[in-house]
Amino acid sequence: MKCLNVITKRPFTVVGILLILILLALLPLYTKPYPVISLTNILMYIILTVSWVIFSGPTHYISLASAAFFGVGIYTSALLGKTLPLPAVVISGGLASFLLAILIGLLTLRLRGMYFIIFTFSVSELIRHFLLWWETNMTGTVGRWVVMVSHTTVYHIILTIFVVTMLIAYIIRRSRFGLALRCIGEQEEAAIHIGINATMVKTLTFAISATFMGAVGAIMATRWTYIDPRIAFDPHISFMPVLMAIFGGTLHPYGPVLGAAIFAYLEEILTTKFPYYYMLLFGTILIVVILFLPQGLFGLIQKWWKGGSGQENANP
Amino acid sequence: MFEGIVIAGLIMGGIYSLIAVGLSLQYGVGRVLNISHGEFIMLGAFATWSLYTLLGVSPLLSLIICGPFLFFLGFLIHRTLFQYLRDKSESIGAFADSSLLASFGLLFIIQNIALLIWKADLRGYSYLNSPVSILGAIFTANRIVALFFAVSISLVFYLFLTYTRIGKAIRASAEDPITAQVMGVNIHRMLAICFGLGALMAGFAGPLISMMYEIQPTMGIEYTIIAIIVVVLGGLGSITGSLIGGFSLGLIGSIVTYFNPGLSLIAYYVIFILLLLIRPTGILGK
Repeated sequence: MKCLNVITKRPFTVVGILLILILLALLPLYTKPYPVISLTNILMYIILTVSWVIFSGPTHYISLASAAFFGVGIYTSALLGKTLPLPAVVISGGLASFLLAILIGLLTLRLRGMYFIIFTFSVSELIRHFLLWWETNMTGTVGRWVVMVSHTTVYHIILTIFVVTMLIAYIIRRSRFGLALRCIGEQEEAAIHIGINATMVKTLTFAISATFMGAVGAIMATRWTYIDPRIAFDPHISFMPVLMAIFGGTLHPYGPVLGAAIFAYLEEILTTKFPYYYMLLFGTILIVVILFLPQGLFGLIQKWWKGGSGQENANP
Repeated sequence: MFEGIVIAGLIMGGIYSLIAVGLSLQYGVGRVLNISHGEFIMLGAFATWSLYTLLGVSPLLSLIICGPFLFFLGFLIHRTLFQYLRDKSESIGAFADSSLLASFGLLFIIQNIALLIWKADLRGYSYLNSPVSILGAIFTANRIVALFFAVSISLVFYLFLTYTRIGKAIRASAEDPITAQVMGVNIHRMLAICFGLGALMAGFAGPLISMMYEIQPTMGIEYTIIAIIVVVLGGLGSITGSLIGGFSLGLIGSIVTYFNPGLSLIAYYVIFILLLLIRPTGILGK
């Protein structure tokens, strides 16, 4: 029951956060389009990473199915974009991913560790290859067009998804539900023994985290205007959130945000000119973090902040 | 026609077995699910391509050059990176997770160095591509040579594991690392050798693949995925299982390709997912 005591007493400055959010929301009014577009990309990675951590952080189940949920969102947008209003499209993208995640969650109940990792990966690859085959042989066209939306609208919607994701992540972390998740991560048999419905908790959290990935996919599709299964279900989208989260550190809620923001920014400035050097740097930093910073970048910052004066969670 | 499908399946299966045995060794003994396995294959393939097109070195000779070179590279990587991680990890499960992520890092590093050197283009060369007729089906000679080498390498390797002292030590370490250590096996050296042997198999598979197909620096992940499917099919950690699994998957792939070429990868994934759901321990798993 030790895990029940992990409640941090951090001063939480609501006003400061609200102020930053208002500034972010007003950003398109006082800057050129480019910063808004690149911030949209950064927010996309932040949402993907934070929602990945909602499930995989506390439970230690490494999911490589992010591309599946993201891609389902994209295809929802391509199919419904012409008929439904934009917010409804985004919500349906989230719902579609939610349903897919419930299905995957129910199928993978028996699998743990390595088996879970490769199962989630192969599910998203299966969807990609099947869709590619289906589009080539059944509908005759590989790609699809998505209705274009102004970049300010995309930005505002993605900012809204970001706020909702952070709120849900915070609520889950602080609730009994989050404690149950951490118990499952520590010792699943024991968690079941003290009365946690592990199946329900795992599947539901997996589905909640998938919802945000689907919603982001649905809105990002309008940015790209042309999509095909290779773009929509790119395995890169499965790997990046994992690596960004590891880089930032998964123990603290701001860790994933920091990790995703730094790498998404690096990608913004490096990827067009030096794509290979960017990925090379990415691989190198990843290995260095795994070797020397198991708590991630945020863990390191916290250590400096405290000046080595003892652990934060030492006393309840 | 039927013979044609079977021989085509055996050719694919031979390559699949070879790469899967390598991965199986790295995971079964060392608990490193090496996502960068395919990158070692890619390195072997590109080294062969460069040696052949620039210096005119025969691909079969490159086989002997690439294998040992990649063995050494793999040995070195395990000695530094994975050994450090293993010593630091609290449990073997934690090590399996962190080594998987570290091998992702390796994947990005090796792949992007290769992209910087060789660029993203498709490369190919023609070597031994005169047609040969076997049982009425026609194949290029290089495929038959590749099948021959894949089968003999697997066979030699199997005998090596079964009868030599190092082979026995490797199997003992796979069975129970702690007891093996008590019996006098230098576990760190043995794990590094295993990882190196996995890379050696990739170093043999690379040149053979480059003889038959066009290659590019991003080809690795595809072979890694196939290797993972075969390893799970045969049972994680079982060398014999990987050999059987490789040939079975090759045959299945060949049959599906005969009916609908676009569906072979889909068939692999469907088999794989069903397998994980019904019998995750594989054909020969415990």
